[in-house]
Amino acid sequence: MNLSAVRTRRDTLGTSALRPDGGPKVQGSFAFSSDVWADNMLWGATLRSPHPYARIVSIDISEAIKIAGVETVVIAEDVPGQLTYGLIDSDQPVFASEVVRYMGEPVAAVAADHPETCRRALAAIRVEYEVYEPHINPEDSISGAVPAIHPNGNLLRYQRIVCGDQNATGPIVVEGEYEIGMQDQAFLGLEAALAIPDRDGAGLEMIVATQWLHEDRKQIALCLGLPEDKIRLTLGGVGGAFGAREDISLQVHASLLALRTGRPIKMQYSREESFFGHVHRHPAKIWVRHHASADGMIIKIEARMVFDGGAYASTSAAVLINGVTHIQGPYRCANAIVDGFAARTNNPPCGAMRGFGVVQACFAHESQMDKLALACGLSPVEIRLRNAIRTGDRLITGQPVESVAPVERCIRETDAIPLPPDMTPSPHELSLPGGSGRTADRRHIVRGVGWGVSIKNLMYSETFDDFATARCRLQDGVVTLKFATSEVGQGFVTLAPQIARSVLGVDTVIVEPMDTTIGSAGSTSASRQTWMSGGAVDGACRLVRERLFEHVAKEHNIDPLRLEIDDTDIIDTFGTLRIAVANASAGMVFEETFEHHHRPTEDLDENGQGNCHVAFAFVAHRAVVDVDTELGLVKVVQIATAQDVGRALNPLSVLGQIEGGIAQGLGLAVMEEVLMVNGIVKNPSFTDYLLPTALDAPEVVAVLIEEPDPQAPLGAKGVGEPPCISVTPAIAAAIRAATGRAITRVPVRPSDICL
Amino acid sequence: MSIHLPQTLNEALHMLQVVPHAQILAGGTDFMVEVNFNKHGVHDVIALRHVDELKKWSHDTVAGVVTIGAAVPYADMEHGELAQLFPALAEAARTVGSPQIRAAGTLGGNLGTCSPAGDALPVLFALNAVINVASTHATRSIPVADFMRGPKRNDLAQDELIVSVTIKTVAGWQGYAKVGTRNAMVISVASASLVLDHVNNSSRIALGSVGPTIIRCIQAEQWLQGVYDFTSHQALDDSIATEFGQRVSQESRPIDDHRSTALYRRHAVGVLAKRLLQRGSAQ
Amino acid sequence: MSETQFYSLRVNGKQREVTDAWLGESLLYVLRERLGLPGSKGACEQGECGSCTVIIDGAAVCSCLVLAASAVDTDITTIEGYSDGALTDVQQAFIDEGAVQCGFCTPGLIVAVHHLLEHTPRPSEMKVKEALSGNICRCTGYGRIFAAVTRVIEQRDHQ
Repeated sequence: MNLSAVRTRRDTLGTSALRPDGGPKVQGSFAFSSDVWADNMLWGATLRSPHPYARIVSIDISEAIKIAGVETVVIAEDVPGQLTYGLIDSDQPVFASEVVRYMGEPVAAVAADHPETCRRALAAIRVEYEVYEPHINPEDSISGAVPAIHPNGNLLRYQRIVCGDQNATGPIVVEGEYEIGMQDQAFLGLEAALAIPDRDGAGLEMIVATQWLHEDRKQIALCLGLPEDKIRLTLGGVGGAFGAREDISLQVHASLLALRTGRPIKMQYSREESFFGHVHRHPAKIWVRHHASADGMIIKIEARMVFDGGAYASTSAAVLINGVTHIQGPYRCANAIVDGFAARTNNPPCGAMRGFGVVQACFAHESQMDKLALACGLSPVEIRLRNAIRTGDRLITGQPVESVAPVERCIRETDAIPLPPDMTPSPHELSLPGGSGRTADRRHIVRGVGWGVSIKNLMYSETFDDFATARCRLQDGVVTLKFATSEVGQGFVTLAPQIARSVLGVDTVIVEPMDTTIGSAGSTSASRQTWMSGGAVDGACRLVRERLFEHVAKEHNIDPLRLEIDDTDIIDTFGTLRIAVANASAGMVFEETFEHHHRPTEDLDENGQGNCHVAFAFVAHRAVVDVDTELGLVKVVQIATAQDVGRALNPLSVLGQIEGGIAQGLGLAVMEEVLMVNGIVKNPSFTDYLLPTALDAPEVVAVLIEEPDPQAPLGAKGVGEPPCISVTPAIAAAIRAATGRAITRVPVRPSDICL
Repeated sequence: MSIHLPQTLNEALHMLQVVPHAQILAGGTDFMVEVNFNKHGVHDVIALRHVDELKKWSHDTVAGVVTIGAAVPYADMEHGELAQLFPALAEAARTVGSPQIRAAGTLGGNLGTCSPAGDALPVLFALNAVINVASTHATRSIPVADFMRGPKRNDLAQDELIVSVTIKTVAGWQGYAKVGTRNAMVISVASASLVLDHVNNSSRIALGSVGPTIIRCIQAEQWLQGVYDFTSHQALDDSIATEFGQRVSQESRPIDDHRSTALYRRHAVGVLAKRLLQRGSAQ
Repeated sequence: MSETQFYSLRVNGKQREVTDAWLGESLLYVLRERLGLPGSKGACEQGECGSCTVIIDGAAVCSCLVLAASAVDTDITTIEGYSDGALTDVQQAFIDEGAVQCGFCTPGLIVAVHHLLEHTPRPSEMKVKEALSGNICRCTGYGRIFAAVTRVIEQRDHQ
């Protein structure tokens, strides 16, 4: 991709405009939420359960409170409002009071003068537990073999999809069982917030790293028993999110400590605590059976999908819906029966992570497509082309795909990307599997190629109206934008000014701080902000442009409909008038607020039928891997991809999303997993939870498929999630190709390859 | 609670005498992890940062002996003269953590911690290194195999400091390999260092992360000596390498943990032994 | 807290007093919380991410693994020491090549890249990857970071 070709004089839509926060970020002066502080501030810290399942017999804080420097200790009984919180179901205690249901569940919080004082105070809190045997098997939760571990029961959601002829079958039948491990979002910027109480103690201000300011505010207000307008949230710099900041973590605890002490409270998690402080990607087990004709056309799909939701609901119900509604993949299928379960266990709670339920489904359906290809004697490319969804096709939910669906093109363009050159006779030792460990020589390596293609819904589903709000003000040729959209690194702060420049013909665009003084922008998740907040900014700018045109038209006594923006001027399309926007708006203020709503969606009925999703995006991945088959070590050499982006509003940002998503999908494929033994997390650190390094990163060759989506406000589809979805099965397939092993589980462990 | 920053070795030893339960801080890459993760407290620290004597190494070419100061960082072993003298040590050093860790981490630290996953330790075992320790009243030189007493246990007395490591240069081939599930910055799942001594026509192989301590595979070494002449420069039969790997594997004593399984470790370490022997004999 | 320490550190060429500090504080903590230099970031507390990389006496190290009180009489350079307003070529290249997303790993990477190019002006592709293998980036997948380093190498070559 030639990025310089699309740079132009003005940073309008379609150009690779550079990040406005780039300067501060490269200089270290950008204020992340962990960088903020206040005079007279105290540190907050959380006491967490060491047991996955236990009854709390007693909590004794008397020794802790005596420690010099400790200002307060709070437990469940100190929560003034609602005792529980949650995104969909409010089922998670702010502090456990009777029972702890997962390792790491908060039990108490302290405020003290120094982090070390906090640690000592936590160590001095005496909690007596009656330890229970944890229930860690989701199948037991589903079957009812174990008693309910929560008043709401052990089944977080069940959803069936029944579609078409249940007796349909074909000459080719392939089935498999697949397993996906628990992945962590592992954003680098740990959870952090500063809570500043109001002087009157009746409210507070919080600077916090989150994906959704307004939802945080709602949950904090409920737990504190305060009206929402008493709580003001400002977005602190966010060091990545990937779903892990959709649920609240330390927000209520920090607020509570601030109100109790009357002093500002800074809380920030350590990496170890972060592993316990946010939800993870659901581990899942998926059984699938495909029925197909001899020429490889899918006739029916049967599936049973089990997602381990862990101890609390979080977004499990929505993740499950994504799982079951995407199990067909980007392939036509008229008949289906799918059963999906999200189960409660004493494992860590799971919820949102980039790909949101579709990652799990995709590993299963893509593994199946390769089996199908083999059974039909077709290539991985051919089987996928034959079944590729097109615009207008109906999904197994009965929903027609109204989005542009260039699946076939994604596959063909990916296939056209040249394969990497063969390994040289004496490759650099660090380029081999095993890397710096120097385990392999050239002759130990086998190369494999594999495919993955995926479909991903965009925005929230099932009747949720996840609107976004933005305000645009034009004054003296300068635009000021206001929205509450969480900038987590994705680049909305780059895109929003691009929109304003294109719509209004201005150059200078100021983005005000993101906070709760304006309406909600919804969450930075579900690949939705370019579409939703982009739509809101676009809408607000268009309203301002209408006002500006009306003003200019009135002054020149012409019909405003004749006016247009041309570069930085307003022109009369039927005349000779040309006036710079800066001049036309001199001394004037135009201000408009716009809420963008996507079209309504429906709930799924008991047979899983309904137009539950808003829109879809598609992507194809081809992975080339080198495998040391004897040691089971893998180096991903190249990922080729063609992604359906609708319209690349900022090609450099899009490429960044693609490369970054691929690295996360690679992580899930070969190294990233939160390991548990009987509910105990064994690797809550970066020493043992391995993330891809610079020496693990493959070459990425990306093609952007630009077929603007008429539904999308700017023609652009969300691009954040698709890159991380089908790259995982593509890598797994490439390992299969190199080794002949079945590879039914990700992450693929060395022993899965060589033992 | 105190911190001491001695400028000389003598000063450091004296402080150790005065502050008997002092915590020794060298590169900090183990010590500070424990502090940051609240695994141990901090009371009285003797930091060796400014003790230049411990950061030097020397080569006695007549005796064929190299002495490496306990506080020489791994970065200094990766390249240059030390790397040429001990290629296996260079290869091991290159796998220690990240470049930032290698700029700080030291042999003294690996020996002080004595984790079976310490990357440099198998090399020290395969090279028959001797650990030089000192107190105000005495110095001792201890073969590394005796120094490492168990997982995270060593022979150091409370008033002693690890001063240096002495290694004889070896005529012959030496190498190191380490399995981890990432291509860089990874804790060893299994590692091995092999030294082929052309003068004495013998081999030494030591394994990391596959037992409570570093394991020297004496039986496999003896077997190899019986079937292969290191001085002959003859091509090694693949079957010998394979059997050597199997025999090494049998001498390993790995366990299951969150980083891997005993089964895989036993397998992997055998593969490493086989490949190292093939590499060494191909030279 | 009782049991406090007093010492002085030389950071970015300036002598800075540290008072009332707990002995167990890492250099990263002292820089961020006591000396008003929050540019170095903490993300793992165990030297496995590189976000806190600083230069001490010419070596790039993780400041989370340096006991602050042990760093007296050393020369410490943090990200704040690289630019006084104007961006360095490395910083500019990171922006221009899209190597910054959330930006949390960025200060550590900027320090690591400067250190690499100072000692190895024309590193090979693999050398760059090895030199940066201790700096985890979770957003970019590293592609744009490599592009930024390549740009700097080329620019310096042309000068």
